[in-house]
Amino acid sequence: MSDLTKLTLAGARDALKAKEITSVELTTAYLEAMDHAQVLNAYVLPTADKALEMAKASDAKLAKGEGGPLEGLPLGVKDLFATEGVRTTACSHILDNFIPPYESTVTSNLWRDGAVMLGKLNNDEFAMGSSNETSFFGPVVNPWRRHGDDAKLVPGGSSGGSSAAVAAKICLAATATDTGGSIRQPASFTGTVGIKPTYGRCSRWGVVAFASSLDQAGPITRDVRDAAIMLGSMAGYDEKDSTSVDKPVPDYEAVLGRGVKGLRVGIPKEYRVDGMPAEIDALWTRGIEWLKAAGAEIVDVSLPTTKYALPTYYIVAPAEASSNLARYDGVRYGLRVEGSDITDMYEKTRAEGFGPEVRRRILIGTYVLSAGYYDAYYLKAQKVRTLIARDFAEAYKTCDVLLTPTAPSAAFAIGEKTADPLSMYLNDVFTVTVNLAGLPGISVPAGLSSEGLPLGLQLIGRTFDEETLLRAAFALEEAAAFTAEPTAWWKA
Amino acid sequence: MSVTFSMAHRDPRDEDLIKGATGDWEIILGLEVHAQITSKAKLFSGSSTAFGAEPNTQVSLVDAAMPGMLPVINRYCVEQAVKTGLGLRAQINLRSVFDRKNYFYPDLPQGYQISQFKDPIVGEGEVIIDLAGGRSVSVGIERLHMEQDAGKSVHDLGPGSSHVDLNRSGVALMEIVSKPDMRSSDEARAYVTKLRTILRYLGTCDGNMEEGSLRADVNVSVRRPGGPLGTRCEIKNVNSIRFIGQAIEYEARRQIEILEDGGSITQETRLFDPKAGETRSMRSKEEAHDYRYFPDPDLLPLVLEQADVDRIAANLPELPDDKKARLMSEYGLSAYDATVLIGDPATADYYEAVMKSGKPGRDAKLAVNWVTSDLFGALNREGRSIEASPVSPKQLGELVDLITDGTISGRIAKDVFDSMYKTGRDPAEIVEKEGLRQVTDTGAIEAAVDEIMAANPDKVAQAKEKPALAGWFVGQVMKSTSGKANPQVVNEILRAKLGLSSDD
Repeated sequence: MSDLTKLTLAGARDALKAKEITSVELTTAYLEAMDHAQVLNAYVLPTADKALEMAKASDAKLAKGEGGPLEGLPLGVKDLFATEGVRTTACSHILDNFIPPYESTVTSNLWRDGAVMLGKLNNDEFAMGSSNETSFFGPVVNPWRRHGDDAKLVPGGSSGGSSAAVAAKICLAATATDTGGSIRQPASFTGTVGIKPTYGRCSRWGVVAFASSLDQAGPITRDVRDAAIMLGSMAGYDEKDSTSVDKPVPDYEAVLGRGVKGLRVGIPKEYRVDGMPAEIDALWTRGIEWLKAAGAEIVDVSLPTTKYALPTYYIVAPAEASSNLARYDGVRYGLRVEGSDITDMYEKTRAEGFGPEVRRRILIGTYVLSAGYYDAYYLKAQKVRTLIARDFAEAYKTCDVLLTPTAPSAAFAIGEKTADPLSMYLNDVFTVTVNLAGLPGISVPAGLSSEGLPLGLQLIGRTFDEETLLRAAFALEEAAAFTAEPTAWWKA
Repeated sequence: MSVTFSMAHRDPRDEDLIKGATGDWEIILGLEVHAQITSKAKLFSGSSTAFGAEPNTQVSLVDAAMPGMLPVINRYCVEQAVKTGLGLRAQINLRSVFDRKNYFYPDLPQGYQISQFKDPIVGEGEVIIDLAGGRSVSVGIERLHMEQDAGKSVHDLGPGSSHVDLNRSGVALMEIVSKPDMRSSDEARAYVTKLRTILRYLGTCDGNMEEGSLRADVNVSVRRPGGPLGTRCEIKNVNSIRFIGQAIEYEARRQIEILEDGGSITQETRLFDPKAGETRSMRSKEEAHDYRYFPDPDLLPLVLEQADVDRIAANLPELPDDKKARLMSEYGLSAYDATVLIGDPATADYYEAVMKSGKPGRDAKLAVNWVTSDLFGALNREGRSIEASPVSPKQLGELVDLITDGTISGRIAKDVFDSMYKTGRDPAEIVEKEGLRQVTDTGAIEAAVDEIMAANPDKVAQAKEKPALAGWFVGQVMKSTSGKANPQVVNEILRAKLGLSSDD
């Protein structure tokens, strides 16, 4: 086969099972592709030796006709997932050279199923960002460029390394995490598929915490089938995570292709926000037409509290983060900057170890939890959060899934929004509601902008109804027939 | 945690008041007791809780707050807290919430302590405390909540550096908050004593104050009797019952002195220094904390089923107050004796075993005295626990019977007991082999009396004048019979021979 990296996850799986290729061949092809794509800065730590070792072990199993559902398939891992013996930093200076003696549950599940690890992928520091520009290891470059323009664009964030790597075909698929849109928005910016499952579907054990009540792991993949396969391996109950839910994991791949005939698709009118680019509005309308044509019933629904979602999110998430990040104090691991006494050491370590965006969120979070402000901010935000979840529950009385745009724009240029945190935060306007309500959401590439950049549409499902969500996403993908690819300008 | 001052009215007792230069003062006391839950594993991790291990050998990834680690509640600790709540006759809250209490300290790896703030697992309850003179007072329980202990900072291993031992990090504690219902250091000491007894009966805390399993924060304020409440000070981490008493006495007098000099009390946290016998203000920096409590998003609200609570209630051991009442009615004991016996469940068990081992009708009062004075004395001298007593309850009961049926005198019984304690032999065997049976043969006693009177004519004359001197003769007779003579018989014969009436 000429270029093994052209295979999808499902395609590579079938080729391996059929013994048309070996995992070592496949892994080697990816390691070479990674070598040629260093300018993208998607990987913060390639693990070539480990990859080849795992690939050999997989080949031995495959030769005997054994192996798990992901046997021999090379993946990238977001640096937020703790990987045993492999540096894990959440792309923060404060976790310099931190090598965990443990493996996250989600990655353990992947290795259990036979997957091969290519390396650790870049992300926004502690997953705080929408453009992958806050990483201590520097920004990730989106493989996509505007027509006739060499400007470097962001791949979205915080899972920017994951989305860029999947789009540039320097991994078959990648793990990612989503706290306010960090899987779906990067997927939208890179022409890839990203699914954030229901809160509690994937274990958070061993995933560096940002905002515990919102964080969920999920995959970024080339298509919906690959997403179904990846999620099937990543998901599952974990007694080490009290918020994970003990429900069996269905065979997600099996539901694909069952169509959307009779499925009720809700269109929330509040998502037609002021200042939304016309082409995104048009894409949304096209999506509605596609699903209607495929036999779905279109239903207008209302989610009245939508406008409060972003402010609510930017209270709840920083509040939890300010507490979650208190453990990075220079006492036990990671960076320590010596000081004249313990307080001085804390202050110097944290001032040097955290980047500006992380510091900003710790400050916001500390403020909203402070005596005298708690009721007005944090408590109020939790009440609004309840109302947002109620809105969705109400909407699901008349529909089965919701269709919205994923992000209010296509990928923007590196540096374009870093000076204005609020305009950066607006990237999450369509995605944060889903995290606040704990629902599953998926972004599917649905078209190109006038500048030739990918745009995604988001489907939102009922709690623990990833099957319906994936079924609808598969139909949307078929209808959109998105086949565009970035030109491989980065290949040295 | 702070105590809310919502107390039932109680008339001040004169003997509890402190006499100041400007009049009487009443002390108002509330206690927050931190009790380590008896459990092999920590509150949110599987690490061991054994005391005295090498530093940092009982630390899991969760206890050390490694990135991505998550707490998982130890259900056994929850049962222990429920059990304690039931033992305090308190409201069990079927839904409670764990909160994070945020502050930075090197021995607090997460940067927050997981505790229960707004919604504790146990609500209002009551402890009856037993005081001198058989007086009992009810002390209200405000709440009980579960929380994690911190690690330990060690500052004296070398100059310019501190060390942290995380073995205690994450150990389960119950914080038991009383209402401000106590009015004297005696009541506070009786409260902690009784609370500790209840915890030991339940098996939910070993109550070992030296190892830090039980420690108290004491809230002290003073006021004019029955007047408006004063400003309180909190004395942190007092780790012995004696120190609790000393700290209160010192602190109350300190506050009275300030108030009588026209000053006012600053609400603050203080430490008790047992060497100096005084309380000292802690640095104000320690108090400037804003703990930013909020529900821990890593843990779901703790929801209990009523059926689980009922099951725990059904398996509750007999509580000290119930045991006391039963001992009083079943054996006719005084409140005082019953209180002494129930102080430790093993003591009460031993006593009941004494009473049940022989035939019915064993002298209950005599048996209490032998358990609480002679046996306790011997055990205490060797630092032995009652479970390790070389004298079995059955043997002690037989000794009591030998006294009651007149086989031996109380005086001889002490020797027999010493021999039993040393050799573990049965009392009847000792009495027989060593010929200690009491002499009631009047002929033999008369002979002994005659011999001593004949040898001491001057004392006989004196005794006829001053009957009180007859006691000397009794002592001599007992001596000459090696204590075996029945003292009552000796007395009667002696009085007859000296010509004294039996009323003298």
